[in-house]
Amino acid sequence: MTIACEPAPPPRPQRPPLWQILFGDAGSAALTIVTLAMLVGLAPALNWAVFDAIWQADTPARCREGGACWAFVAAKLRFIMFGVYPPDEQWRPLVVTGMILVMVLVSLPPRFWGRRLVAAWLVATAAMLALMWGGFAGLRPVTTANWGGLPVTLLLALLSLGLGFPFAVLLALGRRSRAPVSRLLSILTIEVVRGLPLVGLLFVASIMLPLLLPAGWTIDKLGRTLAALTLFAAVYLAEVIRGGLQGVPRGQVEAAQALGIPAWKMIWHIVLPQAIQKVIPPLTNTAIVMVKNTSLVMIVGVFDMLSAGRSAASDPNWPSPYAETYVLVGTVYFAICFGISLYARWLEKRVQEKEYR
Amino acid sequence: MGEPAIRIEAVDKWFSAFQVLRNVSLSVGAGERIVVCGPSGSGKSTLIRCINRLEEHQRGRITVNGVELTESLKNIEAVRRDVGMVFQHFNLFPHLTILENCALPQILARGTPRRAAEARAMEFLARVRIPEQAAKFPGQLSGGQQQRVAIARALCMTPKVMLFDEPTSALDPEMVKEVLDTMVGLAEDGMTMIVVTHEMGFARRVADRIVFMDGGEIIEVAAPGDFFDRPQSPRTRSFLQQILH
Repeated sequence: MTIACEPAPPPRPQRPPLWQILFGDAGSAALTIVTLAMLVGLAPALNWAVFDAIWQADTPARCREGGACWAFVAAKLRFIMFGVYPPDEQWRPLVVTGMILVMVLVSLPPRFWGRRLVAAWLVATAAMLALMWGGFAGLRPVTTANWGGLPVTLLLALLSLGLGFPFAVLLALGRRSRAPVSRLLSILTIEVVRGLPLVGLLFVASIMLPLLLPAGWTIDKLGRTLAALTLFAAVYLAEVIRGGLQGVPRGQVEAAQALGIPAWKMIWHIVLPQAIQKVIPPLTNTAIVMVKNTSLVMIVGVFDMLSAGRSAASDPNWPSPYAETYVLVGTVYFAICFGISLYARWLEKRVQEKEYR
Repeated sequence: MGEPAIRIEAVDKWFSAFQVLRNVSLSVGAGERIVVCGPSGSGKSTLIRCINRLEEHQRGRITVNGVELTESLKNIEAVRRDVGMVFQHFNLFPHLTILENCALPQILARGTPRRAAEARAMEFLARVRIPEQAAKFPGQLSGGQQQRVAIARALCMTPKVMLFDEPTSALDPEMVKEVLDTMVGLAEDGMTMIVVTHEMGFARRVADRIVFMDGGEIIEVAAPGDFFDRPQSPRTRSFLQQILH
């Protein structure tokens, strides 16, 4: 005898009415009231930023009264974005920024990851640097001292993470290796660099390194700064990756060995992809921290977006519009970092879908 | 039968101070099916893991198809090329699809062109009767299906010997049969097999010889009929009493 059993539909989820969500119990009521109070408290800021703001000004003096001086931001936008790059040539950093955006967008979907993408990045980076430098095809040469603003921030962040990553993998593998020399060397590098503040590292790279190098040897200041950032990114990424490596079960290595897969190919195709999938959240964290760390290069006189903003705001013709500048620069940083977070969340979801139906 | 496929001579092995293999000797002829059984901790897994050098033995000799396992990486590679292994926990690569799991090792270890590797992968997936799962990921398959993929993955490398390390111990009971059936099919095709298992029905049906281990030693080696009906050693008898209720 069989009993026909109709599969029952799942119960419909019931959402409580709005007033119950907001004031249903003492806790929610308190939270609702506090939130409302905070919103009311923000009203003056809204006034400053929108209603009393000055959007256009024929003369800087008009900004002396009223709220936010967005007219200043409009007037100085090019300077904040591109720094002291010669104004006639500023299409070049603009193109470079566009190239960076396109390359980043192309790199997002994992199915494009591979040797060709790495090659594309190498070519694109060379092209971007060449375009910034100029000195060929009738382009005016512009030294790195005159580079500035958003392209410098983006280049420093991307290159320090991109160049740091392979070193990070080597350091992480080295630290787990059974060979004592590579293990000690990796531990030493990681612990020393991680124990130094980034500001100190930047000082060493930009001020002490030229003194230590033999006479006649010069490395570009921007290059030295990039080297310091890369080293810093590498050791932090290394520890994150090491955490991922520890999470790859021993059986994966054994299966690869039993199949006769050579050690390096096993690390590259079997172990690393799994290790990295496991550490997407802390990798995201490091990436975001490194984007914001680039603003520290201001200390050694590299003209990134934040330094360009501060320098724009110190123009005596305008009534010190620091708040407006920081709002603008902060918004750009937030957009970049939030973008990274969203992307990481998407990647993580994709990994989960693979592992559990 | 000529040169045996696997010759193990007086092998000793220690995990730090603990001796896991004691003076183990065993020869396996080409095409022979050996089942290794014994209580847990008796060294049976360690023994077959020594055959493809996932574990190192410290004394004695292990020779596979005429190649002796030593420190020499070349020898280890040569042996691993001839020996496939199936693990208790499948050890499929979770970040790769079923097809890639079977194709990528051929590409990485042999330099097989992708197209040929994938064709071969599909051929063996069909043989273990799951070609329709090729595009899925391991986490989307049942345990029995995963283990069959693991067998297909090993077969893609054209091994001359297959080692099975408790291939059904991690499976739900209703999935044991599909894996054992696959292994029986393989045995019927003449594959040299060494199987560590507690599946005594399988042992009786497939094995040419059964090896009983206890405390790191081989206690008894016998044909299935003799092993089950006329066990020589008291330890074998008490083991059989415990598992054949």
